[in-house]
Amino acid sequence: MTVTAASSVASSRVVVCDYDRLSPELGVAALVEGVQIALFRLWDGSVHAVQNRCPFSGAQVMSRGITGDRGGVPTVASPIYKQVFSLLDGSCLVTMDKEPVAGAAADLVVYPVSIDNGQVIIDLAGGE
Amino acid sequence: MLSGAGREGTRMSNERIVVVGAGMVAHRFVSTLLERDTDGRFEVEVYGEEPYAPYDRVALTSYFQGKSPEDLLLGEPSLWDHDSVTLHRDAPVVAIDREARAVRLADGRDAAYDHLVLATGSYAWAPPVPGVDLPGVFMYRTVDDVARLREWVETRQRFFNRPVRGAVIGGGLLGLEAAGALQSMGATSTVVEFADRLMALQVDDSGGEALKRLIEKLGVTVRTGAATSEVRADRDGNAGTLVFSDGGEQLVDVVVFATGIRPRDDLGRGAGLGIGERGGVLVDDTSLTSDPAISAIGECAAAAADGHLSVGLIAPGNTMADVAVDRLLGGDAHYLGADTATKLKLLGVDVASFGDAFAQTPGALEVVYSDPFSGDYKKLVMTDDASTLLGGMFVGDASAYATLRPMIGAKLPGDPSAWILPEGAVERPELELPDAATVCSCNNVTAGTIRDAVNHEGCHDLGSVKSCTKAGTACGSCLPLVKKVMAGELEKAGLEVSNALCEHFTLSRAQLFSAIHVAELRTFTEVIERFGAGHGCDICKPTVGSILASIHNEHVLGGDRAALQDTNDRVMANMQKDGTYSVVPRIPGGEITPARLKVIAEVAEDFGLYTKITGGQRIDLFGARLEQLPQIWKRLVDAGMESGHAYGKSLRTVKSCVGSTWCRYGVQDSASMAIALELRYRGLRSPHKIKLAASGCARECAEARGKDVGLIATEKGWNVYVGGNGGFTPAHAELLVADVTDEEAFTYIDRYLMLYIRTADRLQRTAPWQAEYEGGLDEIRRVVVEDSLGICAELDAHMAHHLDTYEDEWKAVLSDPERLQQFTSFVNAPDTADPSLAYVEQRGQIRPATAEERASGAVLIAPARLEVHA
Repeated sequence: MTVTAASSVASSRVVVCDYDRLSPELGVAALVEGVQIALFRLWDGSVHAVQNRCPFSGAQVMSRGITGDRGGVPTVASPIYKQVFSLLDGSCLVTMDKEPVAGAAADLVVYPVSIDNGQVIIDLAGGE
Repeated sequence: MLSGAGREGTRMSNERIVVVGAGMVAHRFVSTLLERDTDGRFEVEVYGEEPYAPYDRVALTSYFQGKSPEDLLLGEPSLWDHDSVTLHRDAPVVAIDREARAVRLADGRDAAYDHLVLATGSYAWAPPVPGVDLPGVFMYRTVDDVARLREWVETRQRFFNRPVRGAVIGGGLLGLEAAGALQSMGATSTVVEFADRLMALQVDDSGGEALKRLIEKLGVTVRTGAATSEVRADRDGNAGTLVFSDGGEQLVDVVVFATGIRPRDDLGRGAGLGIGERGGVLVDDTSLTSDPAISAIGECAAAAADGHLSVGLIAPGNTMADVAVDRLLGGDAHYLGADTATKLKLLGVDVASFGDAFAQTPGALEVVYSDPFSGDYKKLVMTDDASTLLGGMFVGDASAYATLRPMIGAKLPGDPSAWILPEGAVERPELELPDAATVCSCNNVTAGTIRDAVNHEGCHDLGSVKSCTKAGTACGSCLPLVKKVMAGELEKAGLEVSNALCEHFTLSRAQLFSAIHVAELRTFTEVIERFGAGHGCDICKPTVGSILASIHNEHVLGGDRAALQDTNDRVMANMQKDGTYSVVPRIPGGEITPARLKVIAEVAEDFGLYTKITGGQRIDLFGARLEQLPQIWKRLVDAGMESGHAYGKSLRTVKSCVGSTWCRYGVQDSASMAIALELRYRGLRSPHKIKLAASGCARECAEARGKDVGLIATEKGWNVYVGGNGGFTPAHAELLVADVTDEEAFTYIDRYLMLYIRTADRLQRTAPWQAEYEGGLDEIRRVVVEDSLGICAELDAHMAHHLDTYEDEWKAVLSDPERLQQFTSFVNAPDTADPSLAYVEQRGQIRPATAEERASGAVLIAPARLEVHA
């Protein structure tokens, strides 16, 4: 997480909501320029953003997964078939012996998040 | 020569085996043959005279505890559907034509054989005393025998309007079983034994005396050294008085003869086969008779290895069946004689004997423990240097039997008395069973076979060891030992028998439950700080959430608990494959007014929800979006409905039939009972989902025995069955208590459920929990009925707390703006529906579009059309 002091936001960076709107460990979904994103505020106050689409079901549900950690790496589990993903780099840590739906990668796209003036900002172009 | 007319068709390619008799040993023969005859060499025709498939004769007495004949059936019913097996019921065989290789059926047809197997068993023998054929005198051998006995006792009970006076002639194993059966029907019972002690074949004088005292404590009268000379009729011509040879008399209303069995060898005799001096078709150690095309197995056979005597036990019969199969397939197995080791539970008293129990080996030493207070009598027979175990005998406490029986002929480390002193008095040394030691004598499974399964077949839990080796699948008495051998092997292989929940908690769910309970913790943060590590995961969080809910019954979304809940609990609805939810209002007992049905229909219509009746007698509404859930629930709650907890690991439904209020056959009001149960246990969080049912009569239309708890109405009240599951591993529920009142039923179910909630593993349903509970259902019954652990008051208080604190969790959320915030589609666009949802129409309703339908543009209904502002 980077905290910037700049008040102007570059075009690919979008203000999503107030930081206070996020409850610890309860994800929310955001619709950012047509893209669905899952946002998580964790136990240490950090905020993480990943794609909301679950690669193994195709449903837009990652925001409703349970957060936690595996060996210290913060994670979220898909609520559909319980695959576990790293919130740091989006990699799929547990596939539950399943394949992603056709055309999808097993890993999640992760978006850079910054907090400015109590607002959560996502960099859509930085998604990887 | 029998005529060829009416011969049954044969498939020429196969060799045909005809089995005469459809009892336990015939069942064993057929199932072993099918398993081993992988090339399909044989086809089997089984002819039985009873109208049933083979059933568990050993468990006959359980018929009196409410079990039906179907419950006693052996093995998988699918065995009899196998292409190469045909079971003919009601089909007695009357003769064998050895020359033509055919058997003659009672209806005149013949059946040809390439090989014939006699498994005709034995018949109950009664001494030829006058009056043995009076009405009211019974044998104890078949399901029909016990059914007639039960009917007689129930009829006489109603006629006299007092307890029926019963007597059992014969104080052996069957006699004591019969005495227990009489007692369980509410009759008094007296056991009359000719010898001077009970169970003369299994126990010595002191053992017999101990057994007598224990049984008399249970209200059974015992007369030993008494010969019955007559059953005298009363004035109605029914059995009325027992007359003894010493002139004594006793008034009776029902008499059961359990005076021994005789081999049924008449077919063999008629065909000129060799017959033993004391009956039974003579066989060698390959189960073959004097005709190499005919085998005889089980109680109808008199094997050379048993001194040409028929043995009335199931285990040797099974071994003979296995040997016969092996020989037919070209093997070289031998029958080495019966292991007469037995362990029985008679009237709740354990009796066991094994090996040289009567110390007949020259120089044998007897180590005896006798406790007049508990009534226990225990004896080990050792070689003259007290080092090697020869046999033993247990009356009362037989806990050491399973461990010691396989050790016959092996050295016992330490002082042998450690094994017969009360458990805990002296530490018992660890025993390492030799590989050759038989652990399961019913299925002849050795310790080596079990070790093999663990090391080479990847069986790392009791269930897989059982299905792989068949150990413990017959009588189950060896299961503790099987478990021990397995655990020992896992430990040696460095495979820890780990109960850890996940990487964050080393405790099992049951351990964590008591830890949280004792420490009175209320939040996940406290729990993981105190008992765990890290930040939790999708395994431990819902588990802790469920435990906290079970203990405190506070709102699942309160405190820090919303983030613990699994998908469905978090929004109190069931997530479907496209991320939308289904909604299920509670319909207790499946009973609903038309007015409420109308509300459900209107909600479904207004929100465009796919509607389906569930298997649990309620209605499921599919396709509700996260942000629609509060609007939907507001309308349901306003109409007086509440959460059905279809999403929770908690009580789901209580299924019912309509019961005595409408049904012509109902004997109790099962619908009212189901509603009372559903309202009692609604919202109770548990290790897995729980389903109940109540049936108004024995026809069982509510399918209660497929439920975790099932009630079946009787004339006197309810039979309560527990541990039935559908799902992945179906199981029939077993009888917990019989003929109880409504209040008693609630009490025992309260305790059963609470014990399950406290001690089961994560996601363990009641059936496997019950099977793996130390001591099984018998022990659970002791805990919840007899309060053997002294915890019933606590379990009762826990359930009372649940009842006091229950609230409808949906109603609570609707009045809480903060919790309602969680029901928004997008944090930055709360009124926008998930644009990715797409549906097509099917039979007039919606269903999610498939990937192909999306790609082809065939999507009929986009979510925008479903937008409703109620």
